[in-house]
Amino acid sequence: MDLILVNLIDGLVTGLLLFMLSAGLTLIFSMMGVLNFAHASFYMLGAYFAYQISLFFGFWMGLLIAPVIVGVMGAGVERYGLRRVHQYGHVPELIFTFGLALLIEELVQFLWGKNQMPYAVPEVLHFTAFSIAGNSIPAYKIFMIFVSLAIFMALLFVLTRTRVGMIIQAALSYPKTVEALGHNVPLVFMGVFGVGTALAGVAGVIAGPVLGTFPGMAFLLGSIVFVTIVIGGLGSLWGALVASLLIGWLTTFAASYNVAFADILTWIGFTMPADLDDSMWRDLWTLTMPQIGPILPYLLMVLILVFRPHGLLGKREA
Amino acid sequence: MTAMMQGGAVAALEMQGLRKSFGRTEIIRGIDLSIAKGERHAVIGPNGAGKSTLFNLITARFAPTAGRVALHGQDLAGMSPFQINRLGLSRSFQITNIFPKMTVFENVRCSLLWSMGYRYSFWHMVGNSRALTEGAEAILEQINLTARRDLPAGVLSYAEQRALEIGITIAGGADVIMLDEPTAGMSHSETDYIVDLIGKVTQDKTLVMVEHDMGVVFGLADRISVLVYGEIIATGRPDEVRGNPKVQEAYLGAALEAEH
Amino acid sequence: MTDQTQNAPRFGGMNTAAVAPWVIAAAFLLVMPFIFTSNSAITIMNQMSITIIFALSYNMLLGQGGMLSFGHAVYMGVGGFFCVHIMNMVEDGGLPLPLPLLPLFGGLFGLGLATIVGAFSTRKAGTVFAMISLGVGELIAACSVIVVAFFGGEEGVSGDRTYGLPVFGVEFLQQIEVYYLIAFWLMLSALLMYLFSRTPVGRMANAVRDNPERAEFLGYSARWVRFYSFCAAGFFAGIAGGLFAINYEILTEENLNLTQSGAILLITFLGGIGFFFGPILGAIVFTLLQTVLSLQTELWQLYLGALFVATVMYFPGGLAGLLMMHAPALRSGRAGRLVLPYIKTLGPALIGVLALAGLIEMTFHLRHASLGDHHMTLFWVDLDSHSLVPWLVFAAIMAAGFAVMRRNLPELLSAWHSANATGDRS
Repeated sequence: MDLILVNLIDGLVTGLLLFMLSAGLTLIFSMMGVLNFAHASFYMLGAYFAYQISLFFGFWMGLLIAPVIVGVMGAGVERYGLRRVHQYGHVPELIFTFGLALLIEELVQFLWGKNQMPYAVPEVLHFTAFSIAGNSIPAYKIFMIFVSLAIFMALLFVLTRTRVGMIIQAALSYPKTVEALGHNVPLVFMGVFGVGTALAGVAGVIAGPVLGTFPGMAFLLGSIVFVTIVIGGLGSLWGALVASLLIGWLTTFAASYNVAFADILTWIGFTMPADLDDSMWRDLWTLTMPQIGPILPYLLMVLILVFRPHGLLGKREA
Repeated sequence: MTAMMQGGAVAALEMQGLRKSFGRTEIIRGIDLSIAKGERHAVIGPNGAGKSTLFNLITARFAPTAGRVALHGQDLAGMSPFQINRLGLSRSFQITNIFPKMTVFENVRCSLLWSMGYRYSFWHMVGNSRALTEGAEAILEQINLTARRDLPAGVLSYAEQRALEIGITIAGGADVIMLDEPTAGMSHSETDYIVDLIGKVTQDKTLVMVEHDMGVVFGLADRISVLVYGEIIATGRPDEVRGNPKVQEAYLGAALEAEH
Repeated sequence: MTDQTQNAPRFGGMNTAAVAPWVIAAAFLLVMPFIFTSNSAITIMNQMSITIIFALSYNMLLGQGGMLSFGHAVYMGVGGFFCVHIMNMVEDGGLPLPLPLLPLFGGLFGLGLATIVGAFSTRKAGTVFAMISLGVGELIAACSVIVVAFFGGEEGVSGDRTYGLPVFGVEFLQQIEVYYLIAFWLMLSALLMYLFSRTPVGRMANAVRDNPERAEFLGYSARWVRFYSFCAAGFFAGIAGGLFAINYEILTEENLNLTQSGAILLITFLGGIGFFFGPILGAIVFTLLQTVLSLQTELWQLYLGALFVATVMYFPGGLAGLLMMHAPALRSGRAGRLVLPYIKTLGPALIGVLALAGLIEMTFHLRHASLGDHHMTLFWVDLDSHSLVPWLVFAAIMAAGFAVMRRNLPELLSAWHSANATGDRS
């Protein structure tokens, strides 16, 4: 029972982190029709910038400044890159962002090398917040949860309560009309892209110390984020939230319960072959839950696509 | 299917109690219309009357909120565009809808493939079929685009693209042809040219055409329906419709006033 | 190939024009090993040929069908894995299969997998298709460490091509024998893929790419058209996988993952997705670049990434598109006017780019060389990356190169206009 509680907290941390990326991605996608393949690369840049800044000014300045730099870079990419490619259509846009992801990874390796950076949790948060039956919950996890929640509150507030939010919501549904009303839609697009990437930057800043700051971190998390928004339903913010939490908990629970497939198969009624090494089904018998944990999101996506092509909460056909 | 019978003949196209709402607004408010085989029928109406919505309901691009559409007596509910096309209905689009990167000839040839039985074949070479080449060339001749044969369709002039679209629409040999404002955005001479062309290529076919301007379809249509605010207020021969006071009040009057 | 020829007399004579490239290509493939006889050259040519088949198969999706895939490596990889297993069965004596037929089986397994995946992934094109291809690709790549019996885990699976039945006395011990085997399959696959684009379903793939809705009102289900292209692409990717298995005798997780799928996207796009020969060009140029650059610099992937992004932004037609832009000028015989302006702009530009690369290399050295290591070799010159002089020299060369290019650019533009404008009028 206690283990479940610990896993719930861990899964929540992962899920909220995923949502911080998938929210920005969804916002950009539903406004501009562009799936930003380089989204996770901005997450990586957030982590690296924050690390670099933390060397001189400490963790907190990194948290403050790095997302801003990432957001400005994102806006620049929209203004000088995407807008140019836009005329060729959505597929070239996607190819462009893919190329950008490759390029950013190479640039990061160029500047910081291939090794993991010693970007660490700040001293102030380096203690155990509380323990559940011997499992200590670090304060930093609680901090991550609060930061993510605070950001969503702010996002929700901006989207539903402010003038800019209204324009964004209107531009989501009727870009032409909003333009006709005299709003500068290209500027709104650039802003949304900047804010979306800045969100990814924040995620990078706070995830870097726990998940590791290394050149492969973008592609590692990136594909999971894309799977998340397909599962949630492309373009649905609530769908992204639900799918993020679902995947967060799914992977956490799978990783911590060492259920062997042999037990399940025996329970169903199969008998284990005597000479397992020669059996065709050897892999099936020796599988454990933590082993298949990482592929569960992909499996879930395939199942969703087969049985519910719109995604969990999507309105558009996925 | 029996409901479709009218004096023993099945109507080419039949609409019954057709309604469509977008959100809380009802755009199409109950339409009953029967179009006989071989008839040239024009649906006219002022802007915002729901003409294009009606058109998209008939071709199952939108699903109706209520009511049904039948083609040769067969209900079209839930069908995909390609299934409807295979039943013998072909349509054009209000915004020019061709294959811009392919040549004019390719455009027409592609529209012949299904009707000539090639289906999803990957063992025929399209270039080897004399029937296919000749068929496509005949269509090009009909729409006067033979000289443009090998140009990418995207570089044609607007009127030529509209002519090409009509060519693509009729090429498959469908017997019900639906044209959505084929003369939209054209000059007077271009309009006359296209209307002539439509008359020529739709001989012996059922034609349903949506138009903004009654003058365009007056000489072409056998019957005209006037659509105002999602309802048909009159259907009949062109001169009957023109003489109808309700039509004059709701539509022609406004148009005439605007003209004078 | 015989498109609109035999039966349309006014295009008579095009037949030879259409066959010629294939004959030339075949002759080229036959002769190449006599020109480049070294083992390493043949190794590179083998790699090139396999990449060409894979890139052409990828372009069946992207260029002809408008489907952007981030997981195409999976079909090549799975085809290859199956072929290695078949090779091992042959070795164990259970299977009398001559080696040259092996790629066919690779193709069939690629086709099988594509049929399963295509059943749900081709419903839509564009972004949705791209995401599904990514997810499925990652799923199968991740499976490779789980399903150890088939994928061999981290080490992959390996076999030995020489244990099969000798075919006319050939045992495929030597690279040159493998070269001709691959060349044969290259010609066959390329020809079949070209012919596929001339079939009704191949033509409709173009139509569906350009305008799926219109295609549906011509009687074709856009989904099924995509599905058939997808299966065909899977088949030819599988053939490439079979050839990979024969050539390298080992397949690992690297043959399945996103890096590999991304590389083929990059190769195909650099070559140009708008023309059939684009991916061929892309595969040749990429393989050469990779071989040459990776020997010269650690940073070759950075340069390649930058080249790729620049291509997407400024030359979406790729290399083939750039070449074909000159077709009107060539046809009108005015292309000669472009030669000098090209030399005058592109020459300095190249020097500028090389100088920029020099600066990048020095930065890299400055940051990552071990402590106290100040010396590096750049363009055959020994220099000290920690002193100011080389920096200034390279910066000056770069500035000069780009300045000359800028100055001469108007000349190139006007030459371009004159070469093409006159071509239009005549």
